[in-house]
Amino acid sequence: MPDAPPIKRKKRYGRTLLESLAAPSLSLLILVVWQVAVPAAGLSSFVLPTPWEIVGRIGGDYRLLLANAAVTVSEMLAGFAIAAVAGIVTGLGIFYSRLFERAFYPLLVALNTIPKVVLAPLLVLYLGYGFAPKCFLAFVLAYFPIVIATVVGLQSLDKGMVSLVRSMGASETQVFFKVRLPAALPNLFGGFKVGISLSIIGAVIGEYVAAEHGLGYVQLQASSQFDTTLSFAAVVVIGVIGVVLFLALDMLERRAVFQRDAAK
Amino acid sequence: MGARLLRPRPRADERRSHGAALAIERISKSYDTREGAEVLALDQTDFTVAPGEFVAVVGPSGCGKSTLLSLIAGLTPASSGRITIDGEEVKRPHPKIGVVFQTDLLLYWRTIVDNILLPIEIKGWNRRAYLPRVHELLEQVGLGDFGQKYPTELSGGMRQRVAICRALVQNPGLLLMDEPFGALDALTREQMVIDLQSMWSSVGNTVIFITHSIEEAIFLADRVLVMSPRPGRVDLDLRIDIPRPRGWKNRIEQKFADYMTQVRAVFEARGVLSKE
Repeated sequence: MPDAPPIKRKKRYGRTLLESLAAPSLSLLILVVWQVAVPAAGLSSFVLPTPWEIVGRIGGDYRLLLANAAVTVSEMLAGFAIAAVAGIVTGLGIFYSRLFERAFYPLLVALNTIPKVVLAPLLVLYLGYGFAPKCFLAFVLAYFPIVIATVVGLQSLDKGMVSLVRSMGASETQVFFKVRLPAALPNLFGGFKVGISLSIIGAVIGEYVAAEHGLGYVQLQASSQFDTTLSFAAVVVIGVIGVVLFLALDMLERRAVFQRDAAK
Repeated sequence: MGARLLRPRPRADERRSHGAALAIERISKSYDTREGAEVLALDQTDFTVAPGEFVAVVGPSGCGKSTLLSLIAGLTPASSGRITIDGEEVKRPHPKIGVVFQTDLLLYWRTIVDNILLPIEIKGWNRRAYLPRVHELLEQVGLGDFGQKYPTELSGGMRQRVAICRALVQNPGLLLMDEPFGALDALTREQMVIDLQSMWSSVGNTVIFITHSIEEAIFLADRVLVMSPRPGRVDLDLRIDIPRPRGWKNRIEQKFADYMTQVRAVFEARGVLSKE
């Protein structure tokens, strides 16, 4: 048996290499099929542009796309930032005050069952065509998951932990910063990740309804001119924004939160 | 805050702490159940513990042993009566106590050393001054090389040892242990009992050890308090006269068996154990 472990390890290494290549290979395959199948089926770029045409369009119109992406990103980031602060404050209120929980939580859950994008046309009426309605929609969509994540995170703490630090003479502030907050962080980051994806949706939907700038507006204009390639280009840019922001949060999480399984 | 500043800080190198004296004076504790009924958990419990004494409290489940510990720790207020530690009435957690709970309650995001230093940090003392003490404690429980590991890397028994180190780091005058080995397997448990005895004899503090194991209680304690089923009160106060250090051979002596019989007799009389 002495030579058994190395063989096992080698086999395992081969498998992980294969596994790590699986996703990129599949993506590449889909792109190649798309690229080949569209002209073969005789589809015009007006119906479905090829990936290469979309990439070319992004390169050609990068000024337009970048300027409008900046608008969309600022709307959603502002909305997300407000949602993060307000969500954490609400979560703390629900966790610490029974009265606040009783009064506010049922209302919050009820309001959350409304699909919030239906607010978009109303927001135009109240907040106009500019920055505010998009920012607000991004905020509304991201707010609820952050509240829930905060409450669940704070509640996830073993009550014994609180007794433990109290027995050491800790004040409530110390209890919060030494155990409650660190224990809540993994959940909190989960809420942030859901929230940031939703805030992009909020901003773009807001632009669909009424706007003069932003990637949603670019798409709307492109569609009205039957410029499908530009519409796809905007989709790709929105997708990239989503991925980049998600990864940024993920990196922040790795720095701020101890990875429970990493130590194993 | 003023009181804390005036109290002299214990020196990290102070080896033997002075065991604290504990007095439980006619303590009662009742709870309100969901249905609104009042349940009496502890009824006029009364006893004193001398400095440096090791007292084990045995009793059936739900007899209020853990409630008693929580009251001594200052985590729950009593319904009536009073508790004093070195003459000071307990109204909030007393600075001289260290508590070991049934589960280790280690913070998984902190290393072993940082977990043990938690009470020092909370009291606002100098962490660095206590580092030698932390390493000495880890050495003592055979975890000298584990200081920089995380709790998830340790076994259940090792983790509970760390929890004991954490309770002992500030040389508490009174160590409170609430079924500390309850979650461990039988073999680990046996070794932990031996280790606890040797740690205690080097520190010399007062210990209140809550357990439901009669054997564990007799093996470890100077005095065994047997509690009645709810409402809890002390049914028997038994002094254990077995010289220390005690080893497994003491467990098979006639004297040990006699103590076991005496404790069992109380539980039999109360219907907790059957007579066969």
